[in-house]
Amino acid sequence: MGKLYELRLYVAGKTAKSVVALDNLKKICEEHLKGQYSIEIIDLLQTPQLAEGDQILAIPTLVKKVPEPVRKIIGDLSNVEKVLVGLDIRPRVTC
Amino acid sequence: MAKSKKQPESLSFGAISKTLTGISGLDEITLGGLPAGRPTLICGEAGSGKTLFSIEFIVKGALDYGEPGVFMAFEEKADELKTNVASLGFDLDQLERDKKIRIDYVHIDKSEIEETGEYDLEGLFIRLGYAIDSIGAKRVVLDTIENLFSGLTNEGILRAEIRRLFHFLKSKGVTAIITGERGEKSLTRQGLEEYVSDCVIVLDHRIINQISTRRLRIVKYRGSVHGTNEYPFLIDDEGISVLPVTSLELNKEVSSESVSSGVSALDKMLGNSGFYRGSSILVSGTAGTGKTSIAASFANATCLRGEKCLFFAFEESPKQIIRNMGSIGMNLQQHVDKGNLAFYASRPTLYGLEMHLVAIHKAIRKFKPDVVVLDPITNLITIGSVSEVKTMLVRLIDFLQVQQITVMFTALTLNTIISEQTDEGVSSLVDAWILIRDIENNGERNRGMYIMKSRGMKHSNQIREFVMTDKGLDLIDVFLTEDGVLTGSAREARLLLEQTGEIIHEQAVSRKDRELVRKRKVLESKIDSLRSEYESAEEELNKVYVEEALKKQLMGETISKITDLRRVDIGSKGKQKTKNTKK
Repeated sequence: MGKLYELRLYVAGKTAKSVVALDNLKKICEEHLKGQYSIEIIDLLQTPQLAEGDQILAIPTLVKKVPEPVRKIIGDLSNVEKVLVGLDIRPRVTC
Repeated sequence: MAKSKKQPESLSFGAISKTLTGISGLDEITLGGLPAGRPTLICGEAGSGKTLFSIEFIVKGALDYGEPGVFMAFEEKADELKTNVASLGFDLDQLERDKKIRIDYVHIDKSEIEETGEYDLEGLFIRLGYAIDSIGAKRVVLDTIENLFSGLTNEGILRAEIRRLFHFLKSKGVTAIITGERGEKSLTRQGLEEYVSDCVIVLDHRIINQISTRRLRIVKYRGSVHGTNEYPFLIDDEGISVLPVTSLELNKEVSSESVSSGVSALDKMLGNSGFYRGSSILVSGTAGTGKTSIAASFANATCLRGEKCLFFAFEESPKQIIRNMGSIGMNLQQHVDKGNLAFYASRPTLYGLEMHLVAIHKAIRKFKPDVVVLDPITNLITIGSVSEVKTMLVRLIDFLQVQQITVMFTALTLNTIISEQTDEGVSSLVDAWILIRDIENNGERNRGMYIMKSRGMKHSNQIREFVMTDKGLDLIDVFLTEDGVLTGSAREARLLLEQTGEIIHEQAVSRKDRELVRKRKVLESKIDSLRSEYESAEEELNKVYVEEALKKQLMGETISKITDLRRVDIGSKGKQKTKNTKK
C-alpha cells in the first residue's frame, strides 16, 4: 500500500464524544493503517481560527487531508465500516 | 469582548429595544427596527431578496450605525457574495479590511462528509463565536442555515443544535437575521419559525399578469406594534426600499397658499389665484384635448417661480414632451438644465403598480419637488384593476399631501360622453378637477374646459374655450347665444357678424349726422338771406327817414333863409323876432 494518511481530529475541549472519537480513531488506525498514518488533534477552544480553514461545523470531525480527496468524518467514529469508507479504505457502497 | 464595545444603537419603544436596520422604509413599518439582541427570521422563496436584505442589514449597520457585523454564508461563497453586492455600491472587501464586517463562508458538501455516531455543531458555534469576538460584532446574519439540513442527515441533532444556536446568539447579545427558504405548508421548509419566536418577516415575489411585485410582511413581532399589511418593496441600484404605510389618519397639514396653474385665464376661473399648495388636481379629457399641455404648463409655471417639479411621464419620452411643448411656447429644456425640472419616464408595464408607487416615492424623496405631475394615470390601469389603481393613488396622494407637494394627474376618459366619474375612480379623491371636453359643432371640433370641482375655493361655473397658440395656452369666453354655446369658427363668425353690424350702424349714424349738418347749413343760409332781405328793407325805410330828415332840414334852412331875407327888412333884431314867432 505505502500510502501515508494525514489525519486531523477536531475537538472542542475534552468532551465525552471527543474522547470516544479519539479512542475509536486510534483503534481503527492501528488495525487498518498501521505505520502509515499521523494524527493531529486540534482543540478549537484553544485555536478557534482554525475552524474556518477546514470548514468545520460539527464536533468531533475527522479530516483526512492526505491522500486526496479530502474527506470529513463527523461523529464519534463508532461505526467502523463508515469510517473505513470515509477514509477510502473500503470502496463506497453504491446502492 | 463583544459586549465591551459600543452599545447597540437601539431605540426603545416601550419594553422592547430595537435596532435600526437602515433599510429605507422598514424601520418605519417596524417602528424602530428589528428586536435588538434577538434573532429575526426572514423567509421567502428563492430570489425573493433574502440575502440582499440581510447583507444590507449588515452593511448599513457597519457604515451608518457603527455596529460591526458577521455574515455567515451557507449558500454563496464570499467572493460571489462580494461580486453580487458590488452592484449596489457595497465594498465588502474594504469593510472587511476595516474590521467592520466579517464574511464567513460555511461550506457543506454531503459527498465529503461521512457521519458516524454522535456529534454536535460545536465547531459552528466556535467559528461564529470567534468571528463575532474578532470584530466585536453586534449584528449577525446566517444565510441560509437550512443548508445544514442538506449536508447533514441527523435531523434530531440538527434541530437540537439549531435551538441551541439561537440561545447562543441571544447570549452573545447580537441582533441576528436568519434566513430560510419558504416551505410548502410552513413558513420555512425546516420549520425554523418554531425556534425564532421574536420576529418573523416574510418576503414574497408574486407575479400577477406577468408583472412581478415584491412584497414584505411582518408575520410576527413579539412585544411590539408593527404594520401588518403587505408592503411592496423595490430592489434597485441602491438596495432595498420598502414602501411606508398609507397614513391611517386624515390629519395632515393644509395650506391656504395658492400656486398658479400657468394659465392666467384658468387662475382667474379659480378665484384669481390658482390651486392650493399641497392639493391634488385631476385633469381629465378625451384624447387630444391638451391634458399634457396643461400639465406641462403647470410644470413650467412652477419652474418659473423657481420651485422644483418632478414630471412622471408614462406615455411620452421626456424629449418628446419638451419638443411638443416648445411648439406652444414653453421652453422646458431650460428648467431641465437648471435642475428645476426632472422627468421620470417609465412604461407602466415595466413593473407592477406597487413597484411604480415605490419608485415614485423614491424619486420624490430624492428630488424633493414642490409639484409633481403624473401624465397620465390612465396607463396604469393596464397593469392593475381599477380598485388597485385607486388604492395606489390614495396612497400616493396621502404621501404627497403630508409633504405639502401639489400633484396634478391627467386622465384619459375613453368615452366622449362626459362622465361624472373617471375611469380610475379617483375623482372623489382629488381636490380640484378640471375637465376638458370636445365640443363638436358646426363641422369642427373645439375644446371646452370647465372646472368640475375645486374644494374650498370660489370658482367659475362657466365653460371656456380652451385654445393652444404658439404663445401658450389660453381660455376664451365662449359665446352664449340663443342657438347655444358657440366655439371655434362659429364663435369667430359670430364675432365677425357683430363687428359688421357695428360698422353698418356706425355708418348710418354718421349719415344722419351729415344730414343734420346739411340741414343746418340750409337753414343758416336761409337765415342769411332773410337777414339780408330785412337789412335791405331796413335800409329802404332808413332811406325814407333820411330823405325826410334831409327834406326837413333843407326846408328849415330854406325857411330860415327866407326869414333871414325878411330880416333885412325888419332890422337886425330879426333873431328875437324869430324867437317870438317860434313861441
